[in-house]
This record gives sequence, structure tokens and C-alpha cells, in this order.
Amino acid sequence: MTALRMAALVLAAALLQGALSRSSGDALGDLVLVAVVAVGLLHGRVAGLLTGTAAGLVQDALGGGMLGLSGLGKCVAGYLAGVAGTQFIVTQWMSRGFLFLGASLLNSACFMGLSMLLGLRRYDHPILEVVTQAAVNAAVGLLLFYAIEFMPTAREQWNAVLERRRKRRYH
Amino acid sequence: MAPADAGRRARSLLVAAVLGHVLLISAQVATPAGPSLLRTTIVAVVTEFQHASWHVAGAIHSVWDRYAALRGVREENARLARENTDLRVQLQQARANAAGADDMRALLGLRPHLPWRTTGAEVVASSLSPDFRAITIDKGFGDGISRDMPVINAAGVLGRVAQPAGNTATVQLIIDRSAAAAVRIDRTRTEGIALGNGDGTLRLEYLSATAEITEGDTVVTAGIDGVYPPGLGVGRVERIDRAGPAYRQVVIRPFADFSRLETVLVLVAPAPVWAPPLSAPEGKVAR
Repeated sequence: MTALRMAALVLAAALLQGALSRSSGDALGDLVLVAVVAVGLLHGRVAGLLTGTAAGLVQDALGGGMLGLSGLGKCVAGYLAGVAGTQFIVTQWMSRGFLFLGASLLNSACFMGLSMLLGLRRYDHPILEVVTQAAVNAAVGLLLFYAIEFMPTAREQWNAVLERRRKRRYH
Repeated sequence: MAPADAGRRARSLLVAAVLGHVLLISAQVATPAGPSLLRTTIVAVVTEFQHASWHVAGAIHSVWDRYAALRGVREENARLARENTDLRVQLQQARANAAGADDMRALLGLRPHLPWRTTGAEVVASSLSPDFRAITIDKGFGDGISRDMPVINAAGVLGRVAQPAGNTATVQLIIDRSAAAAVRIDRTRTEGIALGNGDGTLRLEYLSATAEITEGDTVVTAGIDGVYPPGLGVGRVERIDRAGPAYRQVVIRPFADFSRLETVLVLVAPAPVWAPPLSAPEGKVAR
């Protein structure tokens, strides 16, 4: 069930990323990375590692680039997110924000480093792009966690509303 | 399992994953000539899944548009748009041929400009990563699509087929950071290389230091890179930044709107040229 939920989260992120890049032509953040880091934080380093590997390979395959370029950064980011989730208390929005920021920077460093090393791409002004992407990823990650944590409360509140209505109908 | 064992296992998995990625990348670097079997298989599986999910989402989305509000109009519009795209590309090729001074080529004994056979394809998905600028089309090996075939639309060049699979293909857009095309300034015939900036524009490099370029110049393909035929519209010179007496950075704004790609054309092969049958020389009758 947990594996299914993780897969659903990453799949939803991938579909949303595809839809965003199709409609706007240019996507600022990497939603798949956000999903990978969230899986690492919620379900541990092995889950983060495996999810990152699979998601990265899918991104590489559909991006027409070299297989493994996105996967390497994402598997390491997912693993480290899992380590951070088990070793530290990452429940405050600020610590989570820093974690997403760090994971994004690491992912970008891996991807850009390898791309430049292999002579595949050239980056003239990468700093602004990397920082923007990391900031967007951190904001989306915080929103995602807010939604995940709000969901049980929202469900309880909804059940309570339904219960109240039912009682009113009976009386 | 003891926590120490679990930690050791996780670390081993990480090392294995990193090594796996490095080996995977190395294997592709070592064989740049053709796609590996692993890559083709992964792309085929993933794109089929993506294709299916795109169709499901598209079907849900178009129920109202197609059957309730605009019954029949949408199909007709799509057909007309395809026809229009085809005609505009033919016109573009005709203009390019005329401007290319065919008579001079014939005098020089060069091969005459051949029109290309095209196949229409629909865009079924976009890239799932902000690091790549690519699209997936609904034509693949089964439709005669192979690697490095140019992909265009009515506006101009879009990119090249990067990875064909069974029924789909990944197209690397010309604005991707690792994309490049040999181009020339249409007005002055100055040649250079257009490279993707990753932000929706291209930059023109390897230009002659004395080349005359002005903002607004039309940039077309040069036809010397083995991928794109000559004369296809690429874009317009948007900006020329002078970074020194001998260096200038030329930014090209592509003609194509990459955020609204729905139907594209793949240049499959040059069209067969009719040639008169060879007549046997007089006095020699074949038996």
C-alpha cells in the first residue's frame, strides 16, 4: 500500500510537470524531485533512493538526454532526504524548506556537473537558474507537506460534519 | 533486522545505485553512434505508458469539447490545420529552393535540392524535467521514424528525433541546452551554429568575425550538419550583445512557439525523383 502511494505521488508529480511544461513551455521547478524528497522524508532512505532512481530514469528517457544524468542526482537526493528524516527532526517548515533547497542544489550540481564534464551542455549563468529552481522546489515541497499533514485533519473535520448532519436528520 | 544491518544495507544500495548510474552513463558515452538496447527498451516502455495516460487524460478533457459543444468542428479544424501546415511547409521549401540559386548548383554539378517526404505526428507529451526541452510524438519505428530525423511545423524548425520507440518518439527541441544546428543568415549567407540556451532562445556561435548581422535578420538552416535540410526557417536575430571588439553574442528568437505544439511534421526522407527509363543504346538489344 505504501509503495503504491509513493508511486502515485511520483506519478502525479510527473504528470503535473509534463502538463505544466506543455502549457507554459518553461517549467521553473522540478516537481518530480520534490516528490522524491518527500518520499525520502516520509518513508526512509531506501524508499527515497529507489524512487529517485526510477523517477530520474523516466525523466532521462522522456527528455531525450543521456540515461542516468537525472537519476544520479535524484537517487542521492532521495537517500539523503531519508537519512535527514531519520536522523534529525525535520518537522518545522524552515528545516523542511532547507532540506528541499539542499536537495535541489545537490541535484542541480550533479546534473550540471556531469553535463558539463561530458560536454553535453553549456551553462552561461547557472547560478540564478539553480537558485530559482531550488526556491520554487522548496516552496512546492512545503505546500506538499502542508497538504499531506492537513489531509487527516480535513478528513476528520469532514467526517464530523457528516456525523452532525446524520444526527440532525435522525432527531 | 537490526538497525546496524539496515543501515549497512541502505548504504550498500546507495553505492550500488551510484555505481549503476556511473556505468550506465559510461556505457552511453562509449557508444555514441547508436542507442543502446537498454535505452530503447526503457524509452519504449515509458513512452507507451505516457502515451496511454495522455490519451486517458485527453479523452476526459475533450468529452465536452468534442461531443457536446463543438461536434465535428474540432476534427475539421484539426484536418484543415494539418493541411495548412503542409502547404505552408511546401511554400517554405519552394521559397528556399528559389532563393538557393538552383542554376548555380547545377553548374557546379551539385546535387539539386530535393523536396522531402513528411509524415504528420501529434504531440502526446512534454518533457517531465525542467532540464530537458523535449516532446513525445505519436509516431515511432513502426511509422518509419528513425534517429536524427528533422521535426518541423509551419513556423519552422522544431528539433530532431532523439529517441524513437515502437509507436512513439522523443524529439529534442532545438531550444534544448544540448541541441545544435548549422544555420545561416538568409540575407548575407553567413554560416554559424545555433545552440539552445535552455530559456526558449538560441545563440549563434562560430560566426566569422567580419560577418555582417543586424537585428531582425532571418536565420535559416544551412544544410551542412547532416540533420536539417537547407532553407528551413529557424528564427530571427533578436539581440546582438557586443562583449568586446572581436566578440559578440547573437541571440535568436525561434519562429516556432514551443509552448503550443500540437501537430508536427517529421521529414522522413527525400521524395523519390522520377527519372526516365534508360534506353538501350542503338544496335544493342537486350535478349
